[in-house]
Amino acid sequence: MPIINDTLFFDEKAHGEALERALMMSPQEVVMEIRESGLRGRGGAGFPTGTKWMLALSAKADKKFVVCNADEGEPGTFKDRVLLSEYTKLVLEGMVIGGYAIQAQKGFIYLRGEYAYLLEHLNTFLERMRKENRLGDNILGTSFSFDIEIRLGSGAYVCGEETALIESLEGHRGEARNRPPFPVNTGYLGYPTIVNNVETFACAYIVMSKGAQWFAKYGTEKSKGMKLISVSGDCKKPGVYEVPFGITVKELLELVQADRTKAVQIGGASGICIPMSEINRNISFEDIPTGGSVIIFNEDRSMLKVLRNFMEFFVEESCGQCTPCRVGNKKLLEGVEMLEKGECSHRYLNELIELGKTMQIASKCGLGQSSPNPFISIVTNFKDEIMSNSIRGNNGR
Amino acid sequence: MADKIVEGRAPVSQKPHTVESKENGDIGGLIEIEINGRPYSVPFGITILEACKRNNIHIPTLCYHEDLCLAGACRVCVVEIEGIRTLQAACAYPITGKIKVWTTSERVRKARRHILDLLLSEHYGECYSCVRNNNCELQTLAKEYGVDFYRFGHIKEKRYEVDRSSYAIVRDMDKCVLCKRCVRTCIDLQEVGVLEATRRGYATLISTFMDKPMLDVICINCGQCINRCPTGALRAKDPSDDIWRAIDDPTKHVVIQTAPSIRAAIGEEFGLPPGNSMTGQMVTALRMIGFDRVFDTNFAADLTIMEEGTELLLRLKRKLLFGDETVKLPQFTSCSPGWIKFIEHFYPEYLEYLSTCKSPQQMFGAVIKTFYAQEMGLDPSNIITVAVMPCTAKKFECNRPEMNSSGFKDIDYGLTTRELAQMIKEAGIYLPELPKSHFDEPFGDASGAGLIFGATGGVMEAALRTVYEIVTGRPVPFENLAITPCRGMDGVRQASVVLNDVKDEWKFLEGIELKFMIAHGTANAKKVMEALIRGELEGYHFVEIMACPGGCIGGGGQPIPTSPEIRKKRAEAIYKEDAELPIRKSHENPHIKYIYEKFLVDGPCGHISHKLLHTHYTKRGKYIV
Amino acid sequence: MIFPDKNVLVNEVDTLVRKYGNGRESLLPILQDIQRKFGFISDFAMQEVAHQLNIHPVEVYGVVTFYSFLSTEPKGKYVIRLCKTISCELAGKDAVANTLERELNLKFGETSMDRKFTLEYCHCIGMCDQGPAMLINESVYTKLTPSKVIEIIESLK
Repeated sequence: MPIINDTLFFDEKAHGEALERALMMSPQEVVMEIRESGLRGRGGAGFPTGTKWMLALSAKADKKFVVCNADEGEPGTFKDRVLLSEYTKLVLEGMVIGGYAIQAQKGFIYLRGEYAYLLEHLNTFLERMRKENRLGDNILGTSFSFDIEIRLGSGAYVCGEETALIESLEGHRGEARNRPPFPVNTGYLGYPTIVNNVETFACAYIVMSKGAQWFAKYGTEKSKGMKLISVSGDCKKPGVYEVPFGITVKELLELVQADRTKAVQIGGASGICIPMSEINRNISFEDIPTGGSVIIFNEDRSMLKVLRNFMEFFVEESCGQCTPCRVGNKKLLEGVEMLEKGECSHRYLNELIELGKTMQIASKCGLGQSSPNPFISIVTNFKDEIMSNSIRGNNGR
Repeated sequence: MADKIVEGRAPVSQKPHTVESKENGDIGGLIEIEINGRPYSVPFGITILEACKRNNIHIPTLCYHEDLCLAGACRVCVVEIEGIRTLQAACAYPITGKIKVWTTSERVRKARRHILDLLLSEHYGECYSCVRNNNCELQTLAKEYGVDFYRFGHIKEKRYEVDRSSYAIVRDMDKCVLCKRCVRTCIDLQEVGVLEATRRGYATLISTFMDKPMLDVICINCGQCINRCPTGALRAKDPSDDIWRAIDDPTKHVVIQTAPSIRAAIGEEFGLPPGNSMTGQMVTALRMIGFDRVFDTNFAADLTIMEEGTELLLRLKRKLLFGDETVKLPQFTSCSPGWIKFIEHFYPEYLEYLSTCKSPQQMFGAVIKTFYAQEMGLDPSNIITVAVMPCTAKKFECNRPEMNSSGFKDIDYGLTTRELAQMIKEAGIYLPELPKSHFDEPFGDASGAGLIFGATGGVMEAALRTVYEIVTGRPVPFENLAITPCRGMDGVRQASVVLNDVKDEWKFLEGIELKFMIAHGTANAKKVMEALIRGELEGYHFVEIMACPGGCIGGGGQPIPTSPEIRKKRAEAIYKEDAELPIRKSHENPHIKYIYEKFLVDGPCGHISHKLLHTHYTKRGKYIV
Repeated sequence: MIFPDKNVLVNEVDTLVRKYGNGRESLLPILQDIQRKFGFISDFAMQEVAHQLNIHPVEVYGVVTFYSFLSTEPKGKYVIRLCKTISCELAGKDAVANTLERELNLKFGETSMDRKFTLEYCHCIGMCDQGPAMLINESVYTKLTPSKVIEIIESLK
């Protein structure tokens, strides 16, 4: 049974002195500690953070960069906003630790343009860190120097994809790159770069302050630690929750006091939609991985309307360079429109599901690969509802 | 090839991958992989596409092009790699481990078919009304994958107006598949920067700055984008209907000149492999079509050498003998209209470095409407001059307002190799089977020097053959007149010859090392210009620049496709024909001697030639209104 | 701010290039500052930036059109961006949208004649637990209702 009442983030007294501890260790030791903690990327993809850092540490280059991905654009996600505004120290010092671990000189926070109002707070905090010698030259009297610059996004969801983010930092259109080479090798301006989610840096901080073992006692076999979940939609208590990995959807629904629930969208627009019959599934990299967005729909909601909203999102937010994502999402949206009019035959619907599967494996980046998820899961799990519209113009609900 | 891209401005992500050496081999060291269940040894670090190519395994591609940096955008070339959930683009995936690749598994075939279905659903129009019918990569792929219905529908309404504003290039965005080859050509390969992907998502569109018409942006009309467009989204403006009309009009005397590089490439339009010279057959075909006279632009190239070579010697004389510091050296060639527009836009302060010579095409036009008209007793207003060029920029050049020194438009129509081939086909002629015949008098067959104008370095080589001999009285000291430093495909090349034992009248050149430089492709031209600005071309005398990669044999009007290999073959055909010609030097061409005796009587760079054969340039600048 | 004078723009771009540097990686910060100051990025501004960073104007245009918060058309003094993502939609976005359209007499995507207001939709702004939400320039407004929207607009008018 997961430990629900503990918290890594929300108890400030428990935060400890991670930076001090990290700087007393060698970069290799820091990386090993992160590896042992089992920390995996909190943006959703779940790549082992320790491995990422180790690759960047072992890459030979005269410059290296740390990028904090604060382009929190996934619909239904807002936990990074909370971390950045209320637990700033965890994130920023987590970045400094990351910088030390890979021996970088500079870090960027890629802050989404929608969060521009956080800029002042963050800059003030950075200034304070510089004054306290926790940032800048010879941090805490060591030979390690590192500084952080904030860059704003300008309203493009795809820039949350790490290579698109780097393209954007370099002044290009936010179009995902070919991989390999990976950013840990060839990142910002061609230099080794780690791109980690806001929450990942905060977790790294916790790991360094409490130790890998302590962190790893939370969660499941392959998903260690606690996870921040942003809950919105039809429930009494929406907000950010800290839960251990492995929590079932049912438990989460109880926690946020949702009732008359029909469906739960986990992972935002790029996540999957599960019906009530599957609420015993759990949130973890083993079962349902997520960056932290949970949107709840009650029995009054039209799933077709929900789906349309997601597909419109992808049609506009795809970067537009690769065929499966650029055109595929449009075809899926057209399919939704046909369903609304009752014009989509079951045969064509199956064609579209197959197209979705192609998009999942043939798109260039994570955006395109996950964009058909809501389509496939909604039309599969709610087939009776979405196929109920009549060709004679009865628009269902 | 790789060097060129690395130096370019391509974003880091699109450059070739740098691969760190690992235990399992260095870059280039062999590594064992498996493709479709069979073992292969391939060099560490090459892409899957390249590995497959070398082992005769076909992988379809669309956005990939040998000349360009990577995109990995169309996803047509996806393959399956064991152990990786997603399919990978073969064009962009470097082999750095003992991978197992499947190029035609069910997942792969289904994905490719879906991608084609998606592209076709957005591709407006039907094949039979398209200039690229039968030479369209999308069409080929559709056939290859057995597309026999539109799985995801087919767009029924035109969405974009065709942009016909340019003299040279027509853009039809309804046919665009967003492969971005044109973008990579224009920005990275040529560094002109007309086309870029704009907007985002489904609304993504290749467009010009502020969506302005092509005529209003800084396009040099090089047409390299056309050569690399896989579909009919980009094409040249075709004047053949007007030309047919002129041929059919009995009151018009229609003459055609054919540029040196046409003969080396036109066979490809009739299914021949690159590198087959079709000179004689082409002349026969043009007569059969109904042109009243068929002339060889090589004659005008010889004329250009006389004028440009003399101009160079005069500049040297003014500078070295008279100490005139206002003389600009090195002298830059002016044959390539794409290059001329490039320098007018990007380096307007340096126009005085350009030779004032018109290009051979325009010189010939001026000569035809004056000298030839006189000789033949024709009214120049009834002469229609057509120029078959490997070039789309020539269509712009012949419409320059200053190109009318004869009192008439020097050249009425610029036709590309592709358009000429189309006319020949329309006339019911299969070119390769025709008997050979000779160009018409009074300009006759030209020298090999004029012929090699078609390849990068050719103008330089031709000029040196003449200038060296004028100054020293001896032929250039290279075996069989092949000035090898001028040849080859490196982007920027340089060399020199020392002038010894010169004739008395050129004493001031005794012992001088004549230094020259050759560049092709405007990205390389840009490098040369930046070097000039930095003062690094001090001591250089002559620079040849061609706007297109490979020179005219790689021109924007040449048969599609193009690749480094194809361009090399075309160049070889030209050099081979040069080596076999009886006359190899411009000044030895008897027809050139004749025209200076009879018409241009005050000699090269004299008054008459200045009026007819030389021109001036416009400081255009790069601000787009 | 009506169409800025060319000299003003040249000076502005000059200052920004000195502030951020003339590498391509400075492009977005420079464009963001121009957008903030002038309400849009004019074609002259794009060319001037391109010139200073030694890239092509069309590349700048490609970037400006890629990002939703940059625009080539003048925007109003107050840019109102209403979140249209699902959580805000569930929370009552439509009523707020109708109110905005009616009270501003603008459709989504339009800018008022006096260039005071621009009304747009945007995607998730991370206020999903407090929807419907909108941004006015860089300030965020949450738990919107028609009457709250009217109040906000009145305070700006």
